[in-house]
Amino acid sequence: MVGPELERLIQVLSRLPGLGPRSARRAALHLIERKDVLMRPLAEALASAADSVRRCPVCGNFDSVEPCAICSDPRRDDGLLCVVADVGSLWAMERTGAYAGRYHVLGGLLSALDGVGPEDLGIARLVTRAAAAREVILATPATVEGQTTAHYIADRLAGTGVAVSGLAHGVPVGGELDYLDDGTISAALRARRSL
Amino acid sequence: MEWADEGIVLAVRRHGENGAVASLLTRAHGRHPGLVHGGSGKANRGVLQPGNHVKAWWRGRLAEQLGSYRVEMAQAHAAGILDHAGRLAAVASACALCEAVLPEREPHPAAFAALVALLEAMKSEAWPSVYVHWELALLRDLGYGLDLTACAATGATIDLGYVSPKTGRAVSRAAAEPYRDRLLPLPAFLVEGGEGSGGDILDGLALTGYFLDRHVLAPHRVAMPAARSRLIDRLRG
Repeated sequence: MVGPELERLIQVLSRLPGLGPRSARRAALHLIERKDVLMRPLAEALASAADSVRRCPVCGNFDSVEPCAICSDPRRDDGLLCVVADVGSLWAMERTGAYAGRYHVLGGLLSALDGVGPEDLGIARLVTRAAAAREVILATPATVEGQTTAHYIADRLAGTGVAVSGLAHGVPVGGELDYLDDGTISAALRARRSL
Repeated sequence: MEWADEGIVLAVRRHGENGAVASLLTRAHGRHPGLVHGGSGKANRGVLQPGNHVKAWWRGRLAEQLGSYRVEMAQAHAAGILDHAGRLAAVASACALCEAVLPEREPHPAAFAALVALLEAMKSEAWPSVYVHWELALLRDLGYGLDLTACAATGATIDLGYVSPKTGRAVSRAAAEPYRDRLLPLPAFLVEGGEGSGGDILDGLALTGYFLDRHVLAPHRVAMPAARSRLIDRLRG
């Protein structure tokens, strides 16, 4: 039905998150029909990003400059270091606009199942970086693996004199108690604060 | 075919974009995996955390297939321990051990009951002692229970201080004297009950770890789960 080039395009597109074979076929058709306004610019953007974007050797973020824009921004607070599991978490933190310190991307979480240990996450490098900070904020997910990783890092940083904190767990903005799970409500209750 | 059961989440592996393959220790069907559609999505991510007690409905065309699960939270144990490093390490270790040592799709109701009891005990301060007892119960359920009731050499039921690494039977301090360095220390709380001290807990874990490795893990060339080693490191301080 379609030629080998188009078939290959559909195959590659179907490997993208959110796309299956059907939606990849629709996307490929959409691109072909808008060759000049969409397909060529997309191809150029992809080629350019593939050539220039790389992992920042300091924090692990993705950027086309080394070190990345966040690491080289002089307005950021060197005393604050936020530890995140992946670049997606870093972007989520950045979207808030509420944090103006530096980052450290672990590139994963400790996982017994997947055989990910401290050496795979470069925690020794984090400990070295943390020595220059005033506070390390552990922003790993509120999951068993995320918090296991956070506790492990906190242990490694104990005795270095650096303050270690973690993100609060509890009721999200707009969250109604009736719709929250028992665990979230219990965590929120434990972390209650005086008003 | 389909069945409904209750289970403890042992491990979850992401599958595709939104799905997850969950391994549950169920009451009547043993350690059983299944695909959870939307298991990595917002609604199920909190439910599918190791240590959580869930109600599970499994269905598959054949009993041997991976099949799919529908799960509902019964008791959110994981959320209650996220802030407690030691308890979190213990639950992670228990789940990783069950995942490593229990055969798949073979009912182990005693192992299920013991894990439920361990998770309940995480609310108490005596959780380290309960954890060691839990590993002993796991060994017993797998058919490698230790005999800590009487001295293997003299039959004495008091002053038991060691365990023979060959037989898994207790040895009294007097009988152990000539070859004490070749025996495994038996902490008193495993014989007399009560709560063990920090050193006792580590001795208890060394004891259970030795037999878990010798009888269950090494024959299958499976390494001791890293989560258990991290628990020991934490207890060591």
